[in-house]
Amino acid sequence: MTTVAPQVEIGRSTLGESVPRKEDRRLTQGQGVFVDDVKRHGMGYLHFVRSPYAHAHIASIDVSRAEEIKGVYGTLTGEEVAALTDPFFQIAGAPGGQIKDFSLAVGKVRYVGEPVVAVVAETRELARDASELVEVEYEPLPALVDARKALDPEAPVLHDDAGANLMWEGVYEWGDLDAAFAEADRVVRIPELHFHRFNSTPLECDGALVEYNRGTGQWTIHTNNQFPGFAAIMMGPAMRTGLDKLRFVTQDIGGGFGNKITSHPQLVVCCLLARKLNRPVQWTEWRTDFHLSMSHGNERWFRETEVAVKDDGTLLGFRTKALDDAGAWLRYEPLGGVIWAQVTPGMYRWRNIRVDFTQVATNKAPVSPNRGYSRMQHLWFTERVIDIVARELQLDPVEVRKRNYVRVEDMPYETPNGCVYDSGDYAQMLDIALDLIGWDSMNDRRADAAARGKRLGVGIGSTLDSGTNNFGQSRLINPELQFSGNNEVATVKLDIFGEIVVTLGTTPQGQGHETTAAQVVAEILNCSVDDVHVRAGHDSYWNSHAGFSGTYASQFAVTGLSAVKGATEMLAAEIKKLAGAVFGGVPADALELADGGVRIKESPDAFLPFMACGAIINANNAGLPDDLGVTLNCRYVYRPPFQVPDVERKFGNLTLTYAAQIHVAVVEVDPETGYYDIVDYAAVDDCGKRINPQIVEGQVMGATAQALGAAVHEVFSYDEDGNLLTPNFYDYHVPHALDMPRLQTGYVESPSPFTPLGTKGMGEGGGAGIHAVCAAIQDATGAVVTTSHNPYHRVWELLEETA
Amino acid sequence: MEVTVTVNGTAYERDVEPRKLLIHFLRDDLDLTGSHIGCDTGNCGACSIIVDGVLVKSCMLLAVQADGSEIETVEGLADGDRLTELQQAFSDHHALQCGYCTPGMLMSATALLRANASPSDEEIKKALQGNICRCTGYWNIFEAVKSVAR
Ligand code: FES
Ligand code: FES
Repeated sequence: MTTVAPQVEIGRSTLGESVPRKEDRRLTQGQGVFVDDVKRHGMGYLHFVRSPYAHAHIASIDVSRAEEIKGVYGTLTGEEVAALTDPFFQIAGAPGGQIKDFSLAVGKVRYVGEPVVAVVAETRELARDASELVEVEYEPLPALVDARKALDPEAPVLHDDAGANLMWEGVYEWGDLDAAFAEADRVVRIPELHFHRFNSTPLECDGALVEYNRGTGQWTIHTNNQFPGFAAIMMGPAMRTGLDKLRFVTQDIGGGFGNKITSHPQLVVCCLLARKLNRPVQWTEWRTDFHLSMSHGNERWFRETEVAVKDDGTLLGFRTKALDDAGAWLRYEPLGGVIWAQVTPGMYRWRNIRVDFTQVATNKAPVSPNRGYSRMQHLWFTERVIDIVARELQLDPVEVRKRNYVRVEDMPYETPNGCVYDSGDYAQMLDIALDLIGWDSMNDRRADAAARGKRLGVGIGSTLDSGTNNFGQSRLINPELQFSGNNEVATVKLDIFGEIVVTLGTTPQGQGHETTAAQVVAEILNCSVDDVHVRAGHDSYWNSHAGFSGTYASQFAVTGLSAVKGATEMLAAEIKKLAGAVFGGVPADALELADGGVRIKESPDAFLPFMACGAIINANNAGLPDDLGVTLNCRYVYRPPFQVPDVERKFGNLTLTYAAQIHVAVVEVDPETGYYDIVDYAAVDDCGKRINPQIVEGQVMGATAQALGAAVHEVFSYDEDGNLLTPNFYDYHVPHALDMPRLQTGYVESPSPFTPLGTKGMGEGGGAGIHAVCAAIQDATGAVVTTSHNPYHRVWELLEETA
Repeated sequence: MEVTVTVNGTAYERDVEPRKLLIHFLRDDLDLTGSHIGCDTGNCGACSIIVDGVLVKSCMLLAVQADGSEIETVEGLADGDRLTELQQAFSDHHALQCGYCTPGMLMSATALLRANASPSDEEIKKALQGNICRCTGYWNIFEAVKSVAR
């Protein structure tokens, strides 16, 4: 089940080896530096006063009683924010783009938990107590909780600026739907499917420590935001400041999963207060605050779905109406309205597809990326369709999948909307997964379960983990946007005593970037991984970042490591150039890197250690040729090969790589109660070349666990007044050690033909677990599963349906 | 109120607010930031420490309740630079990703192994049940603990 890291020999290739993680020494000793660990003299603790109403006018705010308390340093209200900042830039055009989003509520609150006032005090406890003394008078309004009612004429409207609750809509159509439905033997109709609201709930909540330097006008933002590039472009214009004034620093981040991308409103509040109060401001979100307000995953409905199929299970096309619930604000949205299109046909050779996509606002927490962002919802939909079609046609779901999967001989495969699946053999992966699960003996196991009064169900989840975004896809949402492509940066240098120092633009949250980056550097410099020093975290002072720097959307193995590779190759070339000059004009191809230095291939005694190279360039460089052009400090920007998509046709390559996952779940349902156990589970992953298999497998496991939690337990559910019913880990049940089923993992390596190392981004394929559990429950109960969230009482209802 | 504690063998004496949580006392007053906070409800175990030999969640105690006690935290596990067998096993088995839950996990597992050097699979899982990890899915954590059980 698990792989134990071997001892690494020096001077041997470690690409593809489970090198022990560099991060572990500090993290196992409690020596990591997470954001709440950062302290400054005289800092104040920030606490947010939050809305108790889902929807209300703010009649008045009185902070005077709070400010009178000794030890309270000051407050900030929405009114001040509206005067000091501009509304955040909106990704959407009209109507969503017309809403005015500030970092604190201005005039109105739109969800329970929305920050209304910020209070800063000497201690955490005092800040919290003083918040209770802030008097806010509300005039409650009716709340809109069900996205399906958002466009009703009588629905309460959240944003008057937008005129209605419609935030974005678009029609996607490719192929020839009429022809597909004419050719069909059958049309399978699915009235409604629902993908529920949850997120990955990283164990560490959001936070920041912000210092303002009055002399330079610069803010230093120690934070765990996982996409500083995005935060910067949101914050700079809103704060009316250049990005040079916003320095982002991260070190260890306690999990992100996309949920730490949109903390920019809170960071703005910290910045304003650091300046106003002239002292460092520290904010750490409480767990309840996180659940109430931070980055819920997109809740989505698929309605009036029609699927054109042949009697043999051949899929010709489908049409559906997707309705996406954005919550109260568009913090990253409506990008979810296009991100799904990276995987339009799922893993299948569907050529004719129409999706009418509508996104609406509701009085719930704003949605933002969550592991598998928007693709997971769509892939869950395609997997539900497959299993429902198989059920209607009374075909084996395995056969329907194999008949329709994109085939290995089709790779690279262009989807109907112009995305290119780079490589992979999905049918082979399914075979491996079925084998791991013991598919051949399944009939015996069904009988055995039945003998014990249980119903056994088997379900497959096939999913894609599209990685390395082409940000040009944002133009399909709003043609006015001027984003496209992608980039990431690394610098690699040889310092004065021969230290190999690497900086990354990424903001890892447990993915082991320090380790895998070192593996790539060691490979090229032909040295030990231990000799490579990768700086922990991100600092925009390091000049090792670009517009899209960060850790999100399954891309490090492509963007991050390609940047590292590029920079290291530059360094290797410079080392040879320098050595060539020192050796008196030896050409580069006569030299090689080995044993921590550079030597002449034919006469290995002519050896210059890295230490000498670093010392010569940095401290002993008199007499070197004028035109040498060597700094031993190399910066490389990796830019994936993308074109701007065709906005009219909504056509183009939206992501560079397509890692794939096939999961199979076996459940045993108690027909009396609906209680079920996942009794067996297999996860097969193909993410191309694996640099560090143990880290890859760790990602597969973690994503699987999150999916199982979401499938069975986790949900952000609201009552009809818009109160969140699961605002902490007491009510929001995440899996515990005892909840985990037996797990078997397998892998296939299909290198990507499009990336410098053959890698594919990965880590977000866990959605497969939700698909697989839904399919297994459908198999066990015989009822059509229409929601992604199937706690035991829901399964009991399904059993009642079929009774 | 005056609080006197010994943490990892070092004695501390501090004046603390009566309502201050023990975890905040450790992290903010003593600057022992290895123990973490992951919830408001005592569910996650990121703050797990050992007080007078007993495993506790330090967010569920007030600092003043710990007066006079002997506390062990993750910072005290390793012997200088030498990791404990369990810490090493966590690294070997890739039982940590972000590492945020790790200090609490290590303390829970340490307490388990002190009380029972040869726990069964079920006993290991039970001992870790009060600790949430959002990154690993627990499988590798279980393997790590199992590998050092006798
Ligand atoms: S912080 Fe103590 S149990 Fe979560
Ligand atoms: S390793 Fe991240 S929470 Fe456990």
